[in-house]
Amino acid sequence: MAGAMDDLLPEFIAETRETLEALSGEIVAWEADPADRARLDAIFRFVHTVKGSCGFLDLPRLSRLSHAAEDALDAVRSGTRPPDAALVNAVLGVVDRIGELVEAIDAGIALDSAADDLLVAALAPDAAPAAVVPEIAAAPATPFAPPRVGNRSVRLGVELLDRMMSGMSDMVLARNELARRLRETPADPRAEAALERLSTTVAEMRDTVTRTRMQRIDALFSALPRMVRDTAAQLGKQVQLTVDGADVELDREMVEVMRDPLVHIIRNAIDHGIEAPAARRAANKRGAGRIAVRARQSGNRILVEIADDGAGIDASRLCARAQASGLHDASALAAMTEAQRLNLIFAPGLSSRDQVTEVSGRGVGMDVVRANVEAIGGRVTLDNRPGRGLAVVMEVPLTLSILSTIVVGVEGQRYAVARQSVDEIVSLRGGAARIDRLGDANVVSVRGQRLPLLWLHEVLELRRPYRMSSAARVLVIVSTRDGSYALGVDEVIDSEELVIKPAAPAVMASGLFAGQTLPDSGSPMLLLDGAGIAASAALRFDTVVEAEADASAAEATEPGTPALLFVDLDGRRRAVPLGAVDRVESVPAAAIAVSAGRARVAADGRLVPLIAVAPVSPDRDLTLLRLTDGASDVAYAVAEPADIVELPRRLAAPAPDSPYAGVAMVAGQPVEVLDLVRLFADDRGVADAEPPLCLLGPDPAGWMDLFLRQLLEGAGYRCVTGLAPGEVPAVALMLDGDADAPAIVPHVPVVRLRRDRTAGEGVWRYDRAALLAAVAAHAGASSPAFPSPAFPSLAAAELAA
Amino acid sequence: MTELFLLARVADRGIAVAADQVDSVVDIGETTVVPRAAPWVRGLSALRSRVVTVIDTARALDLPVASGEAGGGRAIISRVDGHFYAFLMDELEDVGPFERRPLAAGLTLAGRWGGAAAGCVERGGEPLLVLDPAALLAAAGGA
Repeated sequence: MAGAMDDLLPEFIAETRETLEALSGEIVAWEADPADRARLDAIFRFVHTVKGSCGFLDLPRLSRLSHAAEDALDAVRSGTRPPDAALVNAVLGVVDRIGELVEAIDAGIALDSAADDLLVAALAPDAAPAAVVPEIAAAPATPFAPPRVGNRSVRLGVELLDRMMSGMSDMVLARNELARRLRETPADPRAEAALERLSTTVAEMRDTVTRTRMQRIDALFSALPRMVRDTAAQLGKQVQLTVDGADVELDREMVEVMRDPLVHIIRNAIDHGIEAPAARRAANKRGAGRIAVRARQSGNRILVEIADDGAGIDASRLCARAQASGLHDASALAAMTEAQRLNLIFAPGLSSRDQVTEVSGRGVGMDVVRANVEAIGGRVTLDNRPGRGLAVVMEVPLTLSILSTIVVGVEGQRYAVARQSVDEIVSLRGGAARIDRLGDANVVSVRGQRLPLLWLHEVLELRRPYRMSSAARVLVIVSTRDGSYALGVDEVIDSEELVIKPAAPAVMASGLFAGQTLPDSGSPMLLLDGAGIAASAALRFDTVVEAEADASAAEATEPGTPALLFVDLDGRRRAVPLGAVDRVESVPAAAIAVSAGRARVAADGRLVPLIAVAPVSPDRDLTLLRLTDGASDVAYAVAEPADIVELPRRLAAPAPDSPYAGVAMVAGQPVEVLDLVRLFADDRGVADAEPPLCLLGPDPAGWMDLFLRQLLEGAGYRCVTGLAPGEVPAVALMLDGDADAPAIVPHVPVVRLRRDRTAGEGVWRYDRAALLAAVAAHAGASSPAFPSPAFPSLAAAELAA
Repeated sequence: MTELFLLARVADRGIAVAADQVDSVVDIGETTVVPRAAPWVRGLSALRSRVVTVIDTARALDLPVASGEAGGGRAIISRVDGHFYAFLMDELEDVGPFERRPLAAGLTLAGRWGGAAAGCVERGGEPLLVLDPAALLAAAGGA
């Protein structure tokens, strides 16, 4: 808090000093005509402000003086006390004294406090004028000239700061152009170094200049405690206010624009939200309501949340009022979603309270709040918990001058869209969106929500005959005040922080653009106006409401499985249920190790089995899907993840020996779905254990070494023909005819193979399945299952290639 | 009283522009298309660190346009209502002091010339209309 004081005190002093200078004229005029209401109000505001600041800054003497003057002036304003000469003199005495004290504080000088008492006494209604006034009148005349301390802060007009900021923007653009020009010429290290230095300086300057426009949001919050107290007292309610995040900084202008909305929301919370103490107790709540105001920065946005623990918004009452006022008819209201009903609070002239009250029902409604916040590129959202409270969140950009945008491309041209108006970006390739024609309109279904769809190239009339737009691959879901719609573009190129300037009227005439900008590329770019585009296409959002209800009902009956669509190493598109994907990561090819004939990848300090359907390039990083069943991990190498899609519940049956669980149609294309059971079965136990050792029995013809070794090693065993000291095989294999050969190692199970297909003991040596099963049975539970032919292990040779 | 004028040619006609309305003379390179704008808005162009709106002067005057959508060319930069515009010219011929005269009585200018012209100057006996950039924009925008 000490830091806050250090900042605030000089500001208070400067502000008071300045107001006093401006006020001196008013004081003289008031003295001449004490009945002049405007002058009275000006002086009242001054002492009121001083009082407010003093309370916060802990300046008891100033506080006492200003409080006394405020009370006296308040009595005059309410007509209970005539503005007689004694009172005027006493007030002027106080105002002068405030000036003296402020100078004294600034200079760090102590000032005798005896005069304060006289001044306060003179303000009392029954003060004897004769006794005090002469002395007071003499007070300003006393030679008191504290040395004014050199001021270390300067007060600047916002306009000057604006000019500085726009100059700064030009500088950034000029720097960008210089950089471009330099790139066109042969490289000159000295020029580049100079540019580098310029860039650093410009960036620093930009930060500094931006900071000069910054103000702690405390400027907004400091007045709240008093306001809450007064409002609550007026309504006979008890309210406890907590304020958090007062040190968040934002653009000065933002602070000013947010002041009224904030005050309004808080008044609303006290008036409409928080119930009377008795009602609260009846609802099992504490008698005193609570309001929490919280500010925080999230990226380049500031979020101010005002949460109360009152009754919340009663949506049904809101509907009733909307109907009564003729805003909507009953059927329209019935079709609305809960969120839409709640949003009625933003409709002009609608209040959730039945009677208009003195405190908040004065025609300044939430519609004005929203309009104000949206005017600075922000938005207002509600979190309503009926019976338990309401949280209103105002989200505004950090600064007005730089806009965070998403750059989209269509027909080879680029346009910017304000980021805050973009809800979501949906790829058309993955099948997450379905496009239908409804009459001559396009609608798109995205996760159960049906939205109007506009193709940007059509909106902009970029002369392209209508087709299902093979180029348009991405939908940008744009939210406007009235509703959301999807804007189909060819691609989303980038997100960029841009300095947006107004464009010429001839450019803005179409209503589709909100401004122009010069990005780093050096080619001017237009900023799309999301609401303007909706208006130009005459989108009607109310028809969508019903469709939305239908669609969600239809979707609810058959929910699909979310899955990750990816391009596999062999170029095929495959999918894996999303639930099994722990994460997607990129590892250098060097992290792959081949041990015991199987590829593994080093991750988190251990080796995880790696599955790759095609050879992996050794000089490129590898993108891995880390799949998990909760207990063990498998890494699946892919070319690239493509999208999140929804798989139908029923998959087309796979071919009998296919390693895939099935085939799903995604965006009209068949996609193989990985068989998780098989993936994890294949690798159970391999991850941590050494491959089981198979001892190949004596075999003069070399059949075992030639035929069997390959089969067994392919299955994940290690084969030896002789044992090193200390080695114990998991299983030994014997070819019949050598039956009389002694068991080479005691206590080791033996699988006997027979040459004859039908007759004899053991397993026929060419019955691959039976042979492996027998080996597996003897080698114990830790034996590997068959590697699937579709998931061949990486051979060391492939890695080295 | 003489003023300084810039003499130029647009669609084969000689015109004059008061020098105090000319910010600079530049070559316009590539432009960014402005969709759904009037046909006489050629596009946007970057001029140093500034975005200028490029005006196809001939089209704005409703004159027959010989070459179709040829990129840019020479242009006069003029500032109108805080926005910078580049008015494309076929050719810039001269700068010199001339005396501005009111349009001859009885002469009615058809189409947008009427709104855009602000008197005339005479060069060696050849009368040239004085083009007022701001008035041209207003005339073209209103038409």
